[in-house]
Amino acid sequence: MFLFLIAAGLSLIFGVLRVLNFAHGTFYMLGAYTTYQLVQWMGVSGGRFWLTALGGALVVAALGGLIERFLFRRLYGKDELYQLLFTYALALILSDAAKMVWGTQQKSVSRPPELTGAFNVFGAIIPHYNLFIILLGPAIALAFWLVLQRTRVGRYIRAAALDRETLGALGVNVDALYTWVFVLASFLGGLGGALISPMRATTPGMDTEVIVEAFVVVVIGGLGSFWGTFLGALIYGQVLSFGILFFPRFSIFAVFALMAAVLIVRPWGLLGRPLR
Amino acid sequence: MRRFPWPVLVVVAALCVPAAGSRFYTFLANDVIIWALFATSLNLLVGYTGLVSFGHAAYFGIGAYTTGILMKQVGVPFLLAFPAAGVLAGAFALLFGLFCVRLTRIYFAMLTLAFAQIVWAICFKWNEVTGGEQGMPEIPYPDLAWMGRLPLLRDLRTSDHFYLVTVVLVALCLWILHRVVRSPFGRMLTTIRENAERAEFIGVHVRRYELAAFVLAGAFAGLAGGLFGIFNRGVFPDFAYWTKSSEVLIMTLLGGMGTFYGPSVGALALILLNQQIVSYTEYWPLVLGTILVVLLFGFPGGLGGALELLGRRLWRPRRA
Repeated sequence: MFLFLIAAGLSLIFGVLRVLNFAHGTFYMLGAYTTYQLVQWMGVSGGRFWLTALGGALVVAALGGLIERFLFRRLYGKDELYQLLFTYALALILSDAAKMVWGTQQKSVSRPPELTGAFNVFGAIIPHYNLFIILLGPAIALAFWLVLQRTRVGRYIRAAALDRETLGALGVNVDALYTWVFVLASFLGGLGGALISPMRATTPGMDTEVIVEAFVVVVIGGLGSFWGTFLGALIYGQVLSFGILFFPRFSIFAVFALMAAVLIVRPWGLLGRPLR
Repeated sequence: MRRFPWPVLVVVAALCVPAAGSRFYTFLANDVIIWALFATSLNLLVGYTGLVSFGHAAYFGIGAYTTGILMKQVGVPFLLAFPAAGVLAGAFALLFGLFCVRLTRIYFAMLTLAFAQIVWAICFKWNEVTGGEQGMPEIPYPDLAWMGRLPLLRDLRTSDHFYLVTVVLVALCLWILHRVVRSPFGRMLTTIRENAERAEFIGVHVRRYELAAFVLAGAFAGLAGGLFGIFNRGVFPDFAYWTKSSEVLIMTLLGGMGTFYGPSVGALALILLNQQIVSYTEYWPLVLGTILVVLLFGFPGGLGGALELLGRRLWRPRRA
C-alpha cells in the first residue's frame, strides 16, 4: 500500500507537468533517512514517531519545492529528454549526498510503541504497524482525492493537467501552482519513505528499486490518473504475490510483462485518458 | 580536395595503444571503444531518428549473453558467436520494436524501458541459461593464437590481441553506421526526427523507417555487448538494467546528439573522467549528476556542440 503513496506523487507530477520524475524514488529514500535522523534525535516514544515521520516528509517536500523553483523551472518547454535526464541527474546527486551523510550501513527505525503488537489472523501473524499502513493507504487516497475534487487548489491542479495555457490566461498563477504540485508530490514520496522506515531497512540503493516499481504501478493504472494509480498499486501487489506463490521465479517478469502489455494495448493506462 | 582522414588516424592511434606496454591503458582503451560503439548505436535512435529509447541496455545485454553462452557453454568460435550477438539482439529489437514504434514520445520511452526490464528479469532469474543473479563468469577469450605468430604482435598478451580485434571490429561497425547515416535511408530518419508528420505526407512509411532504425541500433548494441562480455570476462544481469541504459544515454548526450562522432567522444570523456575521479573519491555519481546538470543547463549540444561553438569563435576572426 505504501507503494501507492509513492506512485501517487509520481502520477501527480506526470499528470500536471508531463514529466517522468526519476528523482521521485530518491525523495522516498530521503524521507526514510530524514525520519531515521529525527528518530535518532527525538526517539519514537510518546507519539513522537508520528512527528518524525511528518517532519521527514515535510523536509523532503521543502526540498522538492526548492528544486522545482530554482532548477527544474528552467527546463519547461525544452526537450522531454532533457527533463528526464535532469531528474535522473538529481537522483544521482541526492542519493550520493545521502550516502555521504548517512553512510552505506543499513539504518532501521523501531516501530512506534503504540503499534508494536501483532494480530493473529487465521494463523498468520500481522504486526499492528503493517495493518495500520494497509488502512492508512486508502485513507490518504481518499483525503487526496477530496483535495483534488473539492478544494480550489485541487480544481486548479486538475485544470492545469488539462490545459496549462488557458488556466494561465484565466488569471491563475500557474508557476506557483507547479511549485506546489511538486511540493505535494515530494511530500507524498517522502511520507511513503518515512512510513516504510520501521518496516524495511533504509539503505542506499532503495531508490532505484522503488522508482521502477512505482513506474510500473503508474503505467498500469494510467499516468496522471488518480484512481488508476490506486488500481495499479493493487494489481501490482496481487500479481507480485500470486506470482511468487505459483511460479516464484518469474514473478518480476510477470509484472514487467503486464506493464508492457498495458502499454501496448492502452498506452495511457487502464483508467487514464489518452494525451492529445 | 579530400578532407583530412581523421577517422583513419584515430584507428591507427588506437591500434598503437598496446605498444605502450601498459596493461591498464589497453584496458581503458578497450572499455572506451566498446562503449563508443554502444553509444553510437543509441545515437542512431536518439540523435538521428528522434526516438528516445530508455531501454537500450536490453540489446547490449542480449548480445553479451548470446556471445557468452555460445562461447562458454557451446564452444562456438568467436567468428560465429560475435555476429550471432548482433543477429539475436536485432531479432529481439524487431520483436520489441514492432510494439514500440506504434507509441509516441514518452510512451515509447516507457515501453522500451518495460521491455528492457523484462530482459533484465529473465537474465536475473533464469539460472540454467544465464546463471541468474551470479551472472556468468569466465567467458573465454577467442582463440587468437594466430596473432601471436605474426611479427610485431609476438610479445603481446592475449588481452592485447583481443584489444586489437576489438579496435578493428568496432572501426568496421562504426564505418557501416556512418554509411547508414549518410545514406538516403539515414537522411530520411533525420527528416522523420525533424517532422514526422510531413514525412508521412510525402509518402514515407514512418513506422517502417523507425522500426528499421530500431533494429539496426539494437543489432549494433548487441555487437557491442558481445565484445563487452568477453572483455569483461563475464556477463551479468545488470548489463540489461535500466541504469545502464541511462549511462549510455548520458554518454550520447555528453558527446552531443546527432553528431556522428559525438557519442564516441562522450564515451571517451566519461570513462576517463570516471577513472580519474574514482581514484580521488567514491562519490562518482555525485560528480556525474553535477556534470549532467551543468550540461543540460549550459551546453545542450554536448561536448561536440561546445567544441563546435568554440571552434567557430576561434576561426571566425581569421576569416574576417
